[in-house]
Amino acid sequence: MPETIYIALIPLLPILSFLLIALVGRRYFPQICGLLGTLSLLSSFVISAIVAYQYFFVVGKVNGIYKQIIVFKYAWLQFNSNISIDMGLLLDPISVMMISIITFISLMVHIYSLGYMKGDPRISTYYSFLSLFTFSMLGLVLSTNIFQMYIFWELVGVSSFLLIGFYYTKPSAVAASKKAFIVTRFADLGFLIGILILSYYTDSLDFQGIIKKATDPSFIGSLASVSFMGLSVLTWGLVLVFIGGAGKSAMFPLHIWLPDAMEGPTPVSALIHAATMVVAGVYIVARLFPVFTFTCPDALQVVAYVGIFSSLFAALIACTQTDIKRVLAYSTISQIGFMMFALGVSGYGGEQGLGFMASMFHLFTHSIFKALLFLGAGSVIHYVHSNDMKDMGGLRKLMPITHLTFLIACLAIAGVPPFAGFFSKEEILLAAWQSNKLIFYAAIFTATLTAFYVFRLYFQIFWSKTFSAHHDQSDAPEHKHGEAPFSMLLPLIILGLLSIVAGLVPFGHFVSSDGEVLNTELHLGFSIAPVVLGLLGIGLALLFYKKENDKPNRMASALSGFYTGALHKFYIDEIYLFVTRKVIFNLIGRPAAWFDKTVVDGSMNGITSFTTSFSGWIKGIQSGKLQDYTLYFFSGLIGFVLLVIYLWT
Amino acid sequence: MTNLTLLILVPVLTAIAVMIVPGTKNIRWTAFVGSLIQLGLSVGLLFSYLGERAAGNSAQMLFTTRYSWFPAFNIEYFVGVDGISVTMLLLTAVVVLAGVLISWKMESLNREFFFMLLLLSVGAYGFFISLDLFTLFFFLEVAVIPKFLLIAIWGSGKKEYSAMKLVLMLMGGSSLVLIGILATYFHTNTGNGAHTFDLLVIAQQHIPVGTQKIIFPFLFIGFGVFTALFPFHTWVPDGHSSAPTAGSMFLAGISMKLGAYGCLRVATYLMPEAAHYYSWIIILLATIAIIYGAFATLMQTDLKYINAYSSVSHCGFILLGIGMMTKIAIVGAVMQMVSHGLMTALFFGAIGMIYDRTHTRQLELLGGLLKVMPFLGVVYVIAGLCSLGLPGFSGFVSEMTIFVGSWQNPDTFSRVATILACASIVVTAVYILQATAKAVMGPITNDKYLTLTDATWNEKLASVVLILAILSIGLAPFWFTDLINNDTQLIMNNLVRGLSSN
Repeated sequence: MPETIYIALIPLLPILSFLLIALVGRRYFPQICGLLGTLSLLSSFVISAIVAYQYFFVVGKVNGIYKQIIVFKYAWLQFNSNISIDMGLLLDPISVMMISIITFISLMVHIYSLGYMKGDPRISTYYSFLSLFTFSMLGLVLSTNIFQMYIFWELVGVSSFLLIGFYYTKPSAVAASKKAFIVTRFADLGFLIGILILSYYTDSLDFQGIIKKATDPSFIGSLASVSFMGLSVLTWGLVLVFIGGAGKSAMFPLHIWLPDAMEGPTPVSALIHAATMVVAGVYIVARLFPVFTFTCPDALQVVAYVGIFSSLFAALIACTQTDIKRVLAYSTISQIGFMMFALGVSGYGGEQGLGFMASMFHLFTHSIFKALLFLGAGSVIHYVHSNDMKDMGGLRKLMPITHLTFLIACLAIAGVPPFAGFFSKEEILLAAWQSNKLIFYAAIFTATLTAFYVFRLYFQIFWSKTFSAHHDQSDAPEHKHGEAPFSMLLPLIILGLLSIVAGLVPFGHFVSSDGEVLNTELHLGFSIAPVVLGLLGIGLALLFYKKENDKPNRMASALSGFYTGALHKFYIDEIYLFVTRKVIFNLIGRPAAWFDKTVVDGSMNGITSFTTSFSGWIKGIQSGKLQDYTLYFFSGLIGFVLLVIYLWT
Repeated sequence: MTNLTLLILVPVLTAIAVMIVPGTKNIRWTAFVGSLIQLGLSVGLLFSYLGERAAGNSAQMLFTTRYSWFPAFNIEYFVGVDGISVTMLLLTAVVVLAGVLISWKMESLNREFFFMLLLLSVGAYGFFISLDLFTLFFFLEVAVIPKFLLIAIWGSGKKEYSAMKLVLMLMGGSSLVLIGILATYFHTNTGNGAHTFDLLVIAQQHIPVGTQKIIFPFLFIGFGVFTALFPFHTWVPDGHSSAPTAGSMFLAGISMKLGAYGCLRVATYLMPEAAHYYSWIIILLATIAIIYGAFATLMQTDLKYINAYSSVSHCGFILLGIGMMTKIAIVGAVMQMVSHGLMTALFFGAIGMIYDRTHTRQLELLGGLLKVMPFLGVVYVIAGLCSLGLPGFSGFVSEMTIFVGSWQNPDTFSRVATILACASIVVTAVYILQATAKAVMGPITNDKYLTLTDATWNEKLASVVLILAILSIGLAPFWFTDLINNDTQLIMNNLVRGLSSN
């Protein structure tokens, strides 16, 4: 690609806008910070679009295969001649796809926030954090080096922390941000150790270097002797890297932070906790995919089962939650589970690589319709001033555009043809069917649940009872206008249109496991079952929730034990709290602090008091009395004489 | 030709000037200008050092000056710098400048306070440039004794106890160092039966391995006391919490690095065989310090105690890097010395500024400070993020370098130690966020806080200087590693020699 350095502007523009807003703008021109951030993102998006066009249609393909292009690379921290942390930009089908998604969704969120955050005194801070996040996320996906990815991985984590805790005076937001950071940090520990293992054995931190070395058959053979608990070290390394990914992607059992993260402003949830950051885990698996398939199929099995379990588990919980953002959060976990197990069941190359393609395809469509769902939910929350379904109902007449776009998103996620989610989900199910029947059945059940809970959400918000503003807010100005402001509606409309057509993209032509074109056709016979089951889920939701009735309650009491379990998110939070508060704090932290105060410090004090008392004891000898000294002198003399006599004989 | 003696002379003259000039305002400005000149000298030294190296000067130590001080025992005033000492001098200059700025509004005895602070800095500067063991020891003592007065007079809480404890433990440490230095001295031979304190000469001599094994513990533990080697770390929490703000900054930022520098430059460099022999003990104690310090921090409720215990944990990384004895790990250890020095100075500075306003450091009494003091709140958050090793700040690069370096040792013991050390970053995140969330974020707990004022210009300047220094390493670590790579290699060469003869 000639004149390639302009690509660096894609991440640089957001960081520049961050610096500008945070250092100068916040104080001197807070009113236009939002516009500034949006404009810089717009430019970034335009450049991404150009890059995507250039890559996919002009220069990316060589002999029918999309190649990896390293735009530039600079040794940032050189450890030794082979191992270094580099800063660079890597273009290949998945990174190009990701930058397009990130800049696009981020742009939508920037525009949306102009309306949503209007009037907030800290709006400039908000935009600076959004820019920081976008920069970090772009850096993450463009990384050439696994340590570079780790660096941006952490930066993404901290921007997420800052944005979740944006309303920092609210204790629940502070707690949620803390939780998100600590849980993902814990997962990152796995990532870090995984990196150390990979780099040690492959003698490289570069993605290309790692993949080249780790997929080399002679190297795989030589590693057979190095194993730990029955698995090769490289498998352990990859599993640990995956733990990092599972933390960011909120896979079971590290998912607990994501529902709480909904404390952040809703556009943030759309951007970070639905469309971009949470798919980082999928991305890292995809990035190292050749190593997973060729060298460590066991690790890929882990990915598959963690994915499907999280997917099913989260879908069950989503059916019982009443906070609309939490429903969406669990739905996100569930959908990311789909992407994960799609990778897990995939092979490499050609038809074998269907799962890989399907996973990336679902990542692509999901980011669009899930962002739409969140932004729609934000619009509803903006109107109702509550997150709870109980406060909603009958909103379809009051906010028609939100209603329509939300419906499109629901149809898309439920997998109704021809909406976007249908195509990607079908490919995933097909890949599962071809490789692992157990996963397939679990997946199709989950898909049915998805249709049910998302339409439960839809009916509860827009149908059910008629809306009554019982918060005494009839005088709030925005309600006189009915719908949300234009800046909020525009992204909804754009995303709504895309949710209809995005599935028609011949995705396999662009992204596939080996860079070659993967032609996919619709298997009509295969699609019947998922679609019918999806419609069944929708029908069930219609029956239960279209009008207020007591069927849901009867259902809940019929499944009482299970329902209560799901309602309490299967008590995972409580287990964590028990382990951290009771076990770690009480059994390690407190004893350590006690040990330090009493034993270590005590012995130091003991030495001093011993010295003091010892000197107190011996100072009596220096009494200053002549008689005493005479006594000592003669005792010493006698002692000496006795000693001499003793030695003599 | 740069004259290193200026680095000692300027703070001495500033200290004298502080004692002479009339008026509190003039005293402050004198101290400030003096520290600023000193920072300028250090930065100038950095550039002339880089210039010399670029010009191809490959001597181990540059800008050396020799002056025979006590010929009978071959004691010399012998100074010179390599990359490692240059970084330490920069660290000292930055922290002292920030300390002077933070102490702008001392309540009493300004003159004496600044005098003591500058005197301490003389010790540190002298220590880092000395290449003669006796001179080095002399400056080490200069950097200890004024601490007693600093804490006992300007401190808070149970200051007499803390001052006594700190000084006694550090004196204990330095007496071990003295024994080690003298024992080393008597095992040197310059050809005609004479002994030498010259560090560079001793490094080339092969002290018998059996002797090294006896001397090394004295030197390493002696210096280790300064750098919070477990179980000799208990002066850290009490000492830091009682010291005045600038005192804590100096203690944690520089004084603990004196020990770390000594462990590397004196103990490990001069006794490579013994260092290898004892390396597993160093790794063990360092790992204990890292994990144990981190968990002990979890339970603290006083902001200064939190940072003091976390210093124990973070200085454990330095010792771990030294104990691992791979080149990467030692580079990481040096980075961590500077990084921790800057970061902890910023942290103690932020705590001090908060304490000056709220008059409490108890977590349960604090809350929502970001709302009333945005600048201070942000500084505290940045210090916290730096402490928990966020990329972009210096803590990340130094910790990662240590981890990568430690991982190069393939034995199970080192691996377990490395994994435990890595695990501490999670605990660090917990205690940092716990404190930040309570003190800085959340609702305001006390109506009195509503009237508090944000940082003044001097406090802002101090914070900005420290943050810029942290960022300069965190964002562009390559210049830093380039600076110290070669000198670490020389230490490494000695260690490799030690390994082969073991």
